[in-house]
Amino acid sequence: MAKKEKTIKEVFFSGWVKENPVLRLVLGTCPTLAVTTQAVNGIGMGVAATLVLLGSNIVISLLRNIIPDKVRIPAFITVIAGFVTIVQMLVKAFVPTLDAALGIFLPLIVVNCIILGRAESFASKNKVIPSIFDALGMGIGFTIALFCMGSIREIIGNGTWMGFTINPGTVIQPMLILILPPGGFFVFGMLVALFNRIAEGKGKEPATLSCCNCPAADVCRKAAEGGNE
Amino acid sequence: MSVTNLVSIFLAAILTNNYVLSKFLGICPFLGVSKKLDTATSMSAAVIVVMVIATAVTWPIQTFILDRFGIGYLQTIVFILIIAALVQFIESFMKKNMPPLYRALGVYLPLITTNCAVLGVTTLNIDSGYSYAESLINAAGSGFGFLVAMVLFAGVRGRLETANIPKTLQGLPITLVSASIVACSFLGFNGLVDGIFK
Repeated sequence: MAKKEKTIKEVFFSGWVKENPVLRLVLGTCPTLAVTTQAVNGIGMGVAATLVLLGSNIVISLLRNIIPDKVRIPAFITVIAGFVTIVQMLVKAFVPTLDAALGIFLPLIVVNCIILGRAESFASKNKVIPSIFDALGMGIGFTIALFCMGSIREIIGNGTWMGFTINPGTVIQPMLILILPPGGFFVFGMLVALFNRIAEGKGKEPATLSCCNCPAADVCRKAAEGGNE
Repeated sequence: MSVTNLVSIFLAAILTNNYVLSKFLGICPFLGVSKKLDTATSMSAAVIVVMVIATAVTWPIQTFILDRFGIGYLQTIVFILIIAALVQFIESFMKKNMPPLYRALGVYLPLITTNCAVLGVTTLNIDSGYSYAESLINAAGSGFGFLVAMVLFAGVRGRLETANIPKTLQGLPITLVSASIVACSFLGFNGLVDGIFK
């Protein structure tokens, strides 16, 4: 992506809404759909991913002149996997309930395209300080998106929110389907549509699955076009 | 370990615990590569191959090296590196020895390294305490489940191309909403495997 120099403030805040990694860049869809059956899980996943993103962005930014270009993806993955292991151990030790709720998606942060995407498109090209703010901004954006998804699904699907009972089910039964897998796809689709609508009002492109920040983007596009080189 | 046990694991991985539609693993290729039927099939074939080979390699490593020496916490790092190396190896091997197959599946292989379904299936096999045979069957079943979801969804998307969709919903949102309906149909399989085999 060709972009002009941004100030640190722009770097930090762009990830919140304008370049929200989930709802605008459409990255990290798997955990977004899977763990958002409760708002609390969304926050937990968001914080875990932010910690990994922060660590990997700092290290990769520091090593950006040392890592040879050809082996950069494996090198990034190794750094990310190291931080994922640290976060995994911390979560297991201090918040075992979160560990149980996130399950397989905690180790799978390692293949979350937001983190590899930021390493590839930002940290490997920028100094440490902007990389830190980029990581925090993107992490907060990811957390916001997960929290919104989780809140909608939990309130409508289960009638509770963050441990409070919102809808006791006496008048309207909670719609269980929203916390089942189809509800995940549906709420995500509707949120993307909402964000597209807002973006359209501001004269911006709608979100597409172009994965412009995803390291596998070129291959992916080639594959999507029919695999002819 | 009986044959029925293996069959039930295989069917569960395809129908009740479909990797894409109920466990949400491998959503990116599911949404990205499912536009055409032939690309969807080739991508899924590559996923099946990599899943089975990755499981065949990672299970012994976890059991005989990581667990034996008490370094199970290195699982994530070791598995992702093995998968990355394996995909590279399969790619070079196919290029040299099976050019027709490489032409069909080659472009999809690098995508699979960062596909969470592959890392997911290898980790889940260990977490569920499956034996070697059960792990391989589960990996194959998960791959076939991916194939089934991709093929079904490619069909749905073919119909979407000509549909009249409100402007705001065009593109990604309608794709997600139709994925939701496909996932709904898979809810119907709930309890099927338990009902038959237990």
